[in-house]
Amino acid sequence: MKVLLLARYVLVECSRRRVFIVVPILSAAFLGLYWFAVARVFATSEFSSVPGPFDERLVVASTMLGLGLFGSFFLGVVLIVFLTFTVARGDAEQGLLQPVVVRPLGRRTFLIGRFLGAATVSMLYVILLFACCVLITRGISGWSPDNVVQPALELGAAVVIVGALTLLGSVFLATIANGVTALMLFGTGLVAGLIGQIGEALNSPTLENISRVMSWALPFEALYQSALTSLTEGISGLSGFLIRLGPFGGAQEASPGLYPWTIGYLAAVGLLTIWFFRRRDL
Amino acid sequence: MGAAFVAESLSKNYKSVRALDGVNFEVAEGELFGLLGPNGAGKSTLVKIGCGLVHPSGGRAEVCGAPAGTRAANARLGYLAELFRFPGWLTADEVLVLHQRLSDSDGGTRERAELLELIDLSRAADRRVETMSKGMQQRLGIAQALVGSPRLLILDEPTSALDPAGRRIIRALLEELKGRRVSVLLNSHLLSEVELVCDRVAIILAGRIVSEGTPDSLRAGSGVEVETDSGVKHFPDAVRDEIPAIVDRLVADGARIYEVRTTRRSLEDVYLEAVEGQTG
Ligand SMILES: Nc1ncnc2c1ncn2[C@@H]1O[C@H](COP(=O)(O)OP(=O)(O)OP(=O)(O)O)[C@@H](O)[C@H]1O
Ligand SMILES: [Mg+2]
Repeated sequence: MKVLLLARYVLVECSRRRVFIVVPILSAAFLGLYWFAVARVFATSEFSSVPGPFDERLVVASTMLGLGLFGSFFLGVVLIVFLTFTVARGDAEQGLLQPVVVRPLGRRTFLIGRFLGAATVSMLYVILLFACCVLITRGISGWSPDNVVQPALELGAAVVIVGALTLLGSVFLATIANGVTALMLFGTGLVAGLIGQIGEALNSPTLENISRVMSWALPFEALYQSALTSLTEGISGLSGFLIRLGPFGGAQEASPGLYPWTIGYLAAVGLLTIWFFRRRDL
Repeated sequence: MGAAFVAESLSKNYKSVRALDGVNFEVAEGELFGLLGPNGAGKSTLVKIGCGLVHPSGGRAEVCGAPAGTRAANARLGYLAELFRFPGWLTADEVLVLHQRLSDSDGGTRERAELLELIDLSRAADRRVETMSKGMQQRLGIAQALVGSPRLLILDEPTSALDPAGRRIIRALLEELKGRRVSVLLNSHLLSEVELVCDRVAIILAGRIVSEGTPDSLRAGSGVEVETDSGVKHFPDAVRDEIPAIVDRLVADGARIYEVRTTRRSLEDVYLEAVEGQTG
């Protein structure tokens, strides 16, 4: 059970290292800002009391929650990147890794333990942030999505995929290079999603195809889009159409293969990471 | 039980650099083996192969009968790396707890207290690593290597950051380990230290062992000095067994002899000779 031992030490690390003090501070700042933004939007907008062709309050509330989902995703990604970007090469160069790997546990156990710890912390964190956003939105607008569990889990899975890719990168790249690469990869995924939305709005199959291929290659983006989509699932008619036009509307339907693909993808990235890490001189 | 460590035609290439070039040697059970050599000779590469950190390009290494790098091998091993660090957010005692768990040691509080005592760090047991000096961290590293009573201890320059008192502690510790039949493979640049504690020594140069034996045998053939009425005569290549013959010859030549002594070279002389002989 050395896997769990190593995972637990990641939690201890989070609770003790001084850099991690910024996590609650930044999270509180983000949530405060989110609360402020939602409150302002609802205080300043003049919603017509006559029922129109679409529900303005609903459109605003769900768009704001989409923004909250994105913010949570971003912070969760930063956290998991921070927890995984030095695990192999960076820590080896510091000499942090050698005393541990030389113990009778095997490099595979080491990697899985570290990853499990980072994934657990980041997943709980991102789900907590998102839950706060849902509560804030409901408190102010009275609206909450029909389905919160699915987007929360998809968000968690998206963050875990970014972590798995960062861990793979950490086998080859030194600390800073890997951190930069991981965040750039994350940015690339986001751009891919935006290309898809633009493609859909412009009705351009080429753009949509580019986006689709990239979402498969970087499935955290597909999961994020799917989370956005499932937020607004229950909203139909013109309201739903308008929401999906916005950047946080989640225009693309997730393909039914997304979940098996996510699991297979994680397994493949994991196996590759272990395979390369075993071959490395430390 | 067989040897604690075996290297058989070990070689290692780092891209174009040949760090090890067919190294053979054994560390017997309970033996304290010293590895000497200039910077870049391949000492650390060799012990890293022993720990499974580096994969050899050729040959094989064994720890207590198990192939190096396997769990069985690592279970019998204690290792102090040349460059290492413990997480700054753990206390000294917690570092040892972690390593007890990783090495399945059931020594508990007592083992930890003993180890901290051994390297004179008891007072710092609850201090975080990030607040410790380099030397204190190195002491902790040595304690860590001893967690779980390893059969083979691999120490890569364990005293490089220690003060003289710390070095003496380590020397005493090594003597004590010898009493407990723990084998030790020691990399060091401190020749006097190696000379004092090691049973056997190998000098490694550009990835090859150029000389190997007990410190005494390496220093042997160290010469004879004879004090006569006409001054001190030196016989640099003579050995002890030749003394009677030398004295006979001098007396036959009419010299009066006041004192005969064998001059002992230090390991440093032997080392520098070997190193300069190959590179100079
Ligand atoms: N990771 C690496 N990549 C490339 N070359 C390496 C690597 N590690 C060591 N070397 C090379 O291998 C050779 C042996 O290095 P090693 O660290 O084993 O020497 P050493 O005897 O321990 O030296 P020192 O006394 O300075 O610690 C050197 O030429 C070194 O440059
Ligand atoms: Mg070295």
